[in-house]
Amino acid sequence: MRDAFIGALTELAPQHPELLLLTGDLGFKVLDQYIARFPCQFLNVGVAEQNMSGLAAGLALEGHTVFTYSIGSFPTLRCLEQIRNDICYHKANVKIVCIGGGMSYGAVGFSHHATEDLAILRALPHMLVLSPGDLWEAAEASRFLVEHRGPAYLRLDKSYAPPTNLPDEVFVPGRVRVVRQGQDVTLAATGGVLGEALRAAGTLASEGIEARVLSVHTIKPLDVETLCAAARETEGIVTIEEHAVSGGLGGAVAEALLEAGASPGFFLRMGLRDTFSSVVGSQQYLRKVYALDAPSIARTVSSRLGVATPALA
Amino acid sequence: MNVTTLNGTRKLAHRVRTHALRMTSVGGGAHIGAVFSCADILAVLYGGILRVDPTAPKSPTRDRFVLSKGHAGAGLYAALAERGFFPVEQLLTHYQDGSDLSGHVSHKLPGVDVSTGSLGHGLPIAAGMAYSGKLKSAPYRVFCLLSDGECDEGSTWEAALFAAHHGLSNLVAIVDYNRIQGIAPIAEVIELAPFAEKWTAFGWAVREVDGHDHEALYTALAAAPFAVGKPSCLLARTVKGKGVSFMENSVLWHYRIPRGAEFDAALAELEAQS
Repeated sequence: MRDAFIGALTELAPQHPELLLLTGDLGFKVLDQYIARFPCQFLNVGVAEQNMSGLAAGLALEGHTVFTYSIGSFPTLRCLEQIRNDICYHKANVKIVCIGGGMSYGAVGFSHHATEDLAILRALPHMLVLSPGDLWEAAEASRFLVEHRGPAYLRLDKSYAPPTNLPDEVFVPGRVRVVRQGQDVTLAATGGVLGEALRAAGTLASEGIEARVLSVHTIKPLDVETLCAAARETEGIVTIEEHAVSGGLGGAVAEALLEAGASPGFFLRMGLRDTFSSVVGSQQYLRKVYALDAPSIARTVSSRLGVATPALA
Repeated sequence: MNVTTLNGTRKLAHRVRTHALRMTSVGGGAHIGAVFSCADILAVLYGGILRVDPTAPKSPTRDRFVLSKGHAGAGLYAALAERGFFPVEQLLTHYQDGSDLSGHVSHKLPGVDVSTGSLGHGLPIAAGMAYSGKLKSAPYRVFCLLSDGECDEGSTWEAALFAAHHGLSNLVAIVDYNRIQGIAPIAEVIELAPFAEKWTAFGWAVREVDGHDHEALYTALAAAPFAVGKPSCLLARTVKGKGVSFMENSVLWHYRIPRGAEFDAALAELEAQS
């Protein structure tokens, strides 16, 4: 996904001389091509995320479109107050890019996992929150953010779902994408774990359960309409995120549905439940441990629907 | 500095102090000691140094000013109102319900670019503005006024490293060095000395000055940048609460609100100096 992001930036930088990419000393090799082509639109500020975010606000107030770039919690939680006071309060045109969304960095350890970012960034006024699920969404979200004026957060995962876009499909920020039709149950996923949701839907189909799969690439603003339709038209909603279930996608969907008076048959949040991703292992291994892999999702859903799935038992 | 300018900045400092005393007393705002500490610095900036125009507060060529010690908002509001950025009458809405004049400085007011309040935020933002100015070869300069207490914040030093590395000679940090922080003297909390040496070691060109001597302040600030290719740091040695004898060098007047007999006595002292 980070290559899709850098690709979009490289494509659009010539038309946007005001664009600046700031990194907190991360992006070894990944940023090389961009740096070589646009040395004046790049700045490595060093390992100093508070300064990076304050600088970004100052640069944006002077008319620049600024992207800050780092791993996991570094560009967000480390400098949260700079994001709140300097960027959001001033509606500064700064986009914060986290690579390594969720447990992307696997065995590197919990310090490099971003598992509370959606909840925390979503709480900030004026902040947009995007969390694409496949490479097309990642590239389109990046292009959109270059043009968009105002604070935004882009969470990029190492993993990604297989291509879900239709030919000539137009990416609409803030609009949930229905990437699989189904009437029995809804799987609403955000980020690369969308791939697990789609695989789970395939398994469920073999058991006679038709799952609707939603890619919630925009957490804020949330597409309440599409979610309410899913609550009406299917038997229940399951949210799936490589993130704490509190306040992230699950929290946001629960708030929206309750406030809209939509009553799904059942509602289930899949994600980290008040725990750190402290187990050591690859992203795929950790998904299994934390019940976010396709078999876990399928098993949970079929069990909730009261359907026996011997193949998965 | 010519005599007219000197008289002007001295009068401005006096008005800033008088306004701030009334504003904090009426509205119930704190930090009068911190305002008095930097009133002369603000007066020299707005009376003689900053290239700003109240009729064009967003002019791209204006000098930028970031009040990183946002708790001295009352002082900046007073200086801006006196310079004609908004009506002087508006000052007394400070701290009032529904006012734009929050205790910590707000960019809702014309002439204020950046809202601050949490310490250690101003210098990174100012460095961003200065870096942009360098990129665009813009003529403006960026002045940032810091408290000494906020030099406890790591973010201040992150920005100091950045500004020196990039040779931001269009950036001037002024430190209001009164040696008293929120609830205790600096010597008891986190010692900053040798302070000038720290800034020098971080790659800044440093000057020290009596922060209440208008001529010295003006001469130093007019000479910025102090060295080619370096950001400038002016350590302004000040007295917290300067101008009212019982507030001077007192930790108490960081938070205490001047009311009743204390207000009358403070006003009388200020009036006697006019």
